[in-house]
Amino acid sequence: MSEIRNYTLNFGPQHPAAHGVLRLVLELDGEVVERADPHIGLLHRATEKLAEHKTFMQSVPYMDRLDYVSMMSNEHAYVMAIEKLLGIAPPERAQYIRVMFDEITRILNHLLWLGAHALDVGAMTVFLYAFREREDLMDVYEAVSGARLHAAYYRPGGVYRDLPEQMPQYQPNRFKTEADVKRLNENRQGSVLDFIEDFCKRFPTYVDEYETLLTDNRIWKQRLVDIGVVSPERAKALGFTGPMLRGSGVAWDLRKHQPYEVYDRMDFEIPVGRNGDSYDRYLVRVEEMRQSNRIIQQCIAWLRANPGPVIVENHKVAPPSREGMKSNMEELIHHFKLFTEGMHVPEGEAYAAVEHPKGEFGIYLVSDGANKPYRMKIRAPGFAHLAAMDEMSRGHMIADVVAIIGTMDIVFGEIDR
Amino acid sequence: MPLTAESLFSRLQDVLGDRIAGGGVALNEATIEVRPQDWHVVALTLRDDPNLAFDTLIDLCGVDYQAYKDGLREGPRFAVVAHLLSVTKNHRVRVRALCASDELPMLASLIEVWPSVNWFEREAFDLYGIVFENHPDLRRILTDYGFIGHPFRKDFPLSGQVEMRYDPELKRVIYQPVSIAPREVTPRIVRAENYGGVE
Repeated sequence: MSEIRNYTLNFGPQHPAAHGVLRLVLELDGEVVERADPHIGLLHRATEKLAEHKTFMQSVPYMDRLDYVSMMSNEHAYVMAIEKLLGIAPPERAQYIRVMFDEITRILNHLLWLGAHALDVGAMTVFLYAFREREDLMDVYEAVSGARLHAAYYRPGGVYRDLPEQMPQYQPNRFKTEADVKRLNENRQGSVLDFIEDFCKRFPTYVDEYETLLTDNRIWKQRLVDIGVVSPERAKALGFTGPMLRGSGVAWDLRKHQPYEVYDRMDFEIPVGRNGDSYDRYLVRVEEMRQSNRIIQQCIAWLRANPGPVIVENHKVAPPSREGMKSNMEELIHHFKLFTEGMHVPEGEAYAAVEHPKGEFGIYLVSDGANKPYRMKIRAPGFAHLAAMDEMSRGHMIADVVAIIGTMDIVFGEIDR
Repeated sequence: MPLTAESLFSRLQDVLGDRIAGGGVALNEATIEVRPQDWHVVALTLRDDPNLAFDTLIDLCGVDYQAYKDGLREGPRFAVVAHLLSVTKNHRVRVRALCASDELPMLASLIEVWPSVNWFEREAFDLYGIVFENHPDLRRILTDYGFIGHPFRKDFPLSGQVEMRYDPELKRVIYQPVSIAPREVTPRIVRAENYGGVE
């Protein structure tokens, strides 16, 4: 008789399917998971403590580095918390731009999630397809902010600048001939809005392509159906938000139920799952990409028709224009004060939450009237989701752990903060 | 239609009565303050009362008020702040309890009320040293294995106490006191009321 033993397995911290630096201590009975103990914090950078030592404006770029695949959504929650304390509202055009970029970010995030999740489960191709589309959207990021990932585009009181009139184009070089460049620049002849509109026209076909590869794929279904089932009541008790909650059949979306910016004027649907398994969460996220596409198109139509300011005129919060700063003494003083001392936010506390691609991303800000936050707490959706890892993976096979990590859409930047 | 913050607060007052030690409505958000001994009871009521039905704990965090307004604030140093959400009723509340002791801040664990609180309480323990009674697994969560101190306390330096490097003679990684000199690029300033005639 051979002896039967339980194994303790160290999964990660350097494991390609751990989506970053997750150390997972798994207690196994054969191949069945008895207990999963995630060890997090390997990417802890103390963002919250650093923010206490920086002015309000200096912390905006830190927000990009939290969930580094949905950068602008993080900034959004942060600037909304500051605006709430200051009692200001951004101009209408800025609100539309923010909504548009939130949805672009949602597509960016879901594309990376889809590619990485499929790769973990064993489908290589989707990853390459998803990154093709991400490239276009990151070009849009670069066109408005100058950075492909860490944009720092949202500012308290609006957005940093208006959408450029000209979409940047490819230039010929050693690797790209004139003919290549001409083909690549075909949809980059107009403004940034024209380019996004062109993308929105193409995007539904792309989603169809992903669905052709996955939705009815037998292997994909065998790996996802009935894996990590969470009931609606349990999902609420475990603090799930976003697609994780909607996958369990709870129609909860901050964009609909507690609308911020101009989401109440947008026409879109909330997809919900029925069984609460990984496959339903996959379907929910795919449908969310289609709905995001609809929202972007509505924003484009409005933005074309309504020019206007994109940041508040209050120079205690937003910097004056370069031209004004160089010709006007008052503006120069404002500029100097804003970039040395920073803005003062009235005493109080505020919690602002956005429907981040991963769930509810919230910023709890306590100010004592100084030019720096007194306390900032980042409520990261992935933190609550990963905490449920033990419950979700118990009784599953070890290979399903990878599928469950994938379905949670884990990014360590936000969990470890 | 969701409740306004004001009507939610009056409903909370009806249900909880004198268990509410303070709070109010500011910036369209309802806040209630509770005494530490009531923390667990209030949480149960907030979850189980059919008119409140706070089914989700969104967030729980520690706050260290030691340096608030440059130390002019009176009262206990540590607070625990929880943000609750009712998905069924669509409203939110913030609940705060100030820990009685500054040396050993303690509070009852809410793990039986909302299971999602598990990691949030571990985080508050790790970063602020707030002990949650009856928590089944109160380990550090974000900091390194064997970390000493509670790094988010206001008296903990930003650059930390120790740094790590590889010692070629000992042939292992060693800890030593930090070599970074503390510096502050932008000083922290709390302006007096109506500074410069500004509202």
